Amino acid sequence: MAVTFEVNGHSRTVDVSPDTPLLWVLRDTLNLTGTKYGCGIAACGACTVHINGEPQRSCVFPVSAVSGKKVTTIEGLSPDRSHPVQQAWIAEQAPQCGYCQSGQIMTAVAFLKKNPKPTAEEVDNAMSNNICRCGTAQRIRAAVLRAAKETDRKHVATARNAAGGEI
Amino acid sequence: MIGSVSKPKLSRRTLLKSAATAGAALIIGFDVPRVLKGADAKPPVSPFRSWVRIDQAGRVTLLSSRSEMGQGISTALPMVLAEELGLDWEDVEIEQAPTDASLFGEQGTGGSGSVADSWMPLRKAGAAAREMLVTTAAQRWNVSPSDCSVKGGAVHHGADALTFGELVESASKLPIPDFERVQLKKPEDFSIIGKPVPRKDIPMKTDGTAKFGLDVRVPGMVYAVVARCPAFGGKVKSFDAKDAKTLPGIIDVFEIPEVREGVHSWGGVAVVADTTWNAMQARKKLHIDWDLGPHATESSETLRKQFRKIVDEPMKVVLNQGQADTVISKAPADKKVEADYELPFQAHATMEPMNCTVHIRSDQAEVWAPAQGPEWIQQVVSQVSGLPPNKVKVNITLMGGGFGRRYQADFALEAAQIAKRVPKPVQLVWSREDDMTHDYYRPASYHRLSGAVDEKGNIAAWRHRSTSTSIADYFDRKSPPESSELGCTLQMPYLAQNYKLEYTKAESGVPRAWWRSVEASVIGFVMESFMDELAHAAGVDPYQFRLDKLGSGRQVKNPLEAHSVPLDADRMKAVLQLAAQKSDWGKPVKSGQGRGIACHYSFNSYVANVVEATVSGGALKLDRIVSAVDIGTAVNPEGVRAQVESAIVYGLTAALKSQITIQDGHAVQANFNQFTTLSMKETPRLEVHIMPSTLPPTGIGEPGLPPVAPALMNALFAITGKRIRRLPLKQGDLA
Repeated sequence: MAVTFEVNGHSRTVDVSPDTPLLWVLRDTLNLTGTKYGCGIAACGACTVHINGEPQRSCVFPVSAVSGKKVTTIEGLSPDRSHPVQQAWIAEQAPQCGYCQSGQIMTAVAFLKKNPKPTAEEVDNAMSNNICRCGTAQRIRAAVLRAAKETDRKHVATARNAAGGEI
Repeated sequence: MIGSVSKPKLSRRTLLKSAATAGAALIIGFDVPRVLKGADAKPPVSPFRSWVRIDQAGRVTLLSSRSEMGQGISTALPMVLAEELGLDWEDVEIEQAPTDASLFGEQGTGGSGSVADSWMPLRKAGAAAREMLVTTAAQRWNVSPSDCSVKGGAVHHGADALTFGELVESASKLPIPDFERVQLKKPEDFSIIGKPVPRKDIPMKTDGTAKFGLDVRVPGMVYAVVARCPAFGGKVKSFDAKDAKTLPGIIDVFEIPEVREGVHSWGGVAVVADTTWNAMQARKKLHIDWDLGPHATESSETLRKQFRKIVDEPMKVVLNQGQADTVISKAPADKKVEADYELPFQAHATMEPMNCTVHIRSDQAEVWAPAQGPEWIQQVVSQVSGLPPNKVKVNITLMGGGFGRRYQADFALEAAQIAKRVPKPVQLVWSREDDMTHDYYRPASYHRLSGAVDEKGNIAAWRHRSTSTSIADYFDRKSPPESSELGCTLQMPYLAQNYKLEYTKAESGVPRAWWRSVEASVIGFVMESFMDELAHAAGVDPYQFRLDKLGSGRQVKNPLEAHSVPLDADRMKAVLQLAAQKSDWGKPVKSGQGRGIACHYSFNSYVANVVEATVSGGALKLDRIVSAVDIGTAVNPEGVRAQVESAIVYGLTAALKSQITIQDGHAVQANFNQFTTLSMKETPRLEVHIMPSTLPPTGIGEPGLPPVAPALMNALFAITGKRIRRLPLKQGDLA
């Protein structure tokens, strides 16, 4: 079945089974490999993209449901890593292996759009469903807060010491 | 993953003239033999062998045989070379070396060894190249080499300067200086080493351009998945692919055999399709009749019964110093501690599941693998394809986590088995469920500790009886099973008047191997928990108790291993003191709050952790973790901090959240909804303090992990009075 939707500003038509998750269409059909497969059950967040501006787990999102919609992937965030969230990720040296980070960044971008001035606790709540096995949560937390207030260094210093730790 | 490092000894020097595009180039190769423990002989943990190339454009490239898996070596290694070459660190390019045993020897990445093993060879290579470039410039200017200096990619003399590119052709004709007498920079003159720098691999990990194994795209490639028997050691009896073949995009369905020689791979039914999704969908339609094999009745409970039976009965004595049995049996009840500790199987759960892309043609093969052991990959693809190893080109991609899992070659073997039949490049994809239920797990283990303290608070006796699903036993039955399991119990850091170690292996069909920090993740928990219990029996503060028992000026060797690097008890004391000081050890805590301390020696590094936590209404909150590390010279302190933070979180997940349990001979947990990990909400403030040092660097990818769980559980004891001896923490443990 042919499905037409917009990816990173370009109209694309794909001919695949309608139940194919958007993730595999992006990766295998459209060759946009920045969006990652981690679990296939919407449990880890590595596949997070934006559909009409909303963060979605593309591994469980059938491509038929994207028809006529606008999809943004990590590749479409900025042409030159200039997005404040990407810049904050670099400044805080957040990634290690890097595999989960596309999904982390896309989750953070969508979150900051809705909540441009979050508290550390709000960041924790927004980001706690994304898994990172390298344990970069502390740096991601700082990066999200830095992106939110990138010019306020004092705020970042506070952010680094922000708590968390509730099991 | 394991293996002790001998003093680097440079045994080969080669100068090659390159007829590459840039014309003549200065190429220096070097290698370091490595002394391995018997149990580690298979698969080999590699020596570092790499090459430095300076071309006529002045570009300096480090062809690194070690791989980047997020541990930061693509930054740290160029820093070391740049230091001796008088370059800015950004000016050394790093290139993943092709897999070629004739040029690079063994190329594995593991054992927290990449920086430690490369340190002296890289410095000597850099210094040798510098000397050759200076000699060439000095000859041109007709001045003394000692009046020349090297900076910014050029040799300088007064106002004159010649770039490396201008010098390299003549320099490459000089004999390579003797590596044993090249002049190395003094630590006090370092301008790069020890200064935190941003990692080179980070920007590409923020925009989707970083290419991992699953991101490999080769023209004409197809995708494959394999249905494996759920029970470990089971086999395909028969299968029916009729329904699967009705689905779109299916190219082929066939059986691949189990392989147990040289590599452990389960075999199963392969499904090849035009996309990953179509392959996964068709796999669900297969009808397979499995022979569940010899381990189909194994469960965590049967294993636990076996463990307890083993420690109840006479065991193999590994070490017996003094009269531990007698002293323990005679000790008064209030001075004696007996405790059983249990640790489960753990999956690596790298974020990128196992995968490998292979293209086999009649005369050559090409492999794209996110792998820690490139040569092993080359060997297995050679073995399957029938091509000689030098006709198998292995490209190492970035890895979405390694943690030891990617040292295996099973995924490459399967990919090769499929690619041998499919005349196209094939990308074998493991689903998350495949990855989690067919891992090589951290072994499960059981430990019975008995000890006594005397009137003066000395450790009068310490006896450690343990059993586990031994790694050595699984991979190499010629090695004693305990050779992979005992870790630092063979280098007992504390003064114990009588000391006894006993070990007997347990039988299990569950595959197991190296998991981040390997046996140290187990031994660290047991020793440091028990140390805390003894401190309380002695009525001494656990921090002070450790300092006292480390003594003064002690060097502890492994009595069973001639080549072991001695544990320096003073360095352990120093990290304990630093952690205690930075964590306000001994200062008052809030209601419901407490601190726990632990330290451990692994991969020749010393780490102490203090965990500060609060328990309220049965709920745990981690407030802060302070870590102090002595790893000798910290080449890139920024990278070191990141590695310690990472190891702490990995360790916390294993202590608090995750485990693999076994039922009917298979892993119960199959995905992240069952194998849960520490979330951001649960991640406490992490502080890493690095001990200043000019000693050679030691490992840091793993050593941050072992002291986490015991420091945490010791904190929970301080708060609640309950000892958590069985990991992970269970609901109700703190109620």
